[in-house]
Amino acid sequence: MKVTVRYFASIREAIGHGSEVIEADVKTVEALLDLLLTRGAKYQEALSTERAVRMALNQSVCDGAALLEDNCEVAFFPPVTGG
Amino acid sequence: MRLSVSIQTEDFDVSHELAHLRSNDARVGAVCSFVGTVRERNEGSDVSSMELEHYPGMTEKSITAMMEEAAKRFDIHGARVIHRIGLLQPQDQIVLVAVTSAHRGMSFQACEFLMDYLKTQAPFWKKEVTPEGARWVDARVSDDKALARWG
Repeated sequence: MKVTVRYFASIREAIGHGSEVIEADVKTVEALLDLLLTRGAKYQEALSTERAVRMALNQSVCDGAALLEDNCEVAFFPPVTGG
Repeated sequence: MRLSVSIQTEDFDVSHELAHLRSNDARVGAVCSFVGTVRERNEGSDVSSMELEHYPGMTEKSITAMMEEAAKRFDIHGARVIHRIGLLQPQDQIVLVAVTSAHRGMSFQACEFLMDYLKTQAPFWKKEVTPEGARWVDARVSDDKALARWG
């Protein structure tokens, strides 16, 4: 499974980059998040449950149970503050 | 139905946008608009500038979905949303939401509905520069409450 992962705002800054391509055997957005949390302190700080992390699959807001497909795009970001 | 969204760094001319939104549509008897601007103070600090980040693609998609939902719920003839991104200064315009309808009630309601959705659902993030340093703006609980009343 190949997934493009994108990060925005404070989460992007904490991780240090805005996107990356991940190849892994994961089925859901939550499983992807769990995998990212094993990637060291920066990821843990950016994506830990103490932060309010919102997620989107293929540019639509989703929850952790959303099913990934090959070449999909997943994004993690804080609550939005536009307007 | 005229529905359009623009995400841009440039400023916008409200008069021009309103004239365009209702041009050649004689059904329109009401135009309601909201303009959001950069305040010089937020959360007790002076704000010298602000940087707006967004999620290209999802932003346009989510705002288009909001406008389509507004068109289903309210009897409106058109809607226009402009949201600026990039570096902004106090007093700058940030966002325009404009709606047309036959009578004022539908325009007022749809305009507020769209702003409440935009504040809580469209993927924009503000980072403001204050004397204490740059900081990401926190989401407000009051914005979620404003959204909840629409069901």
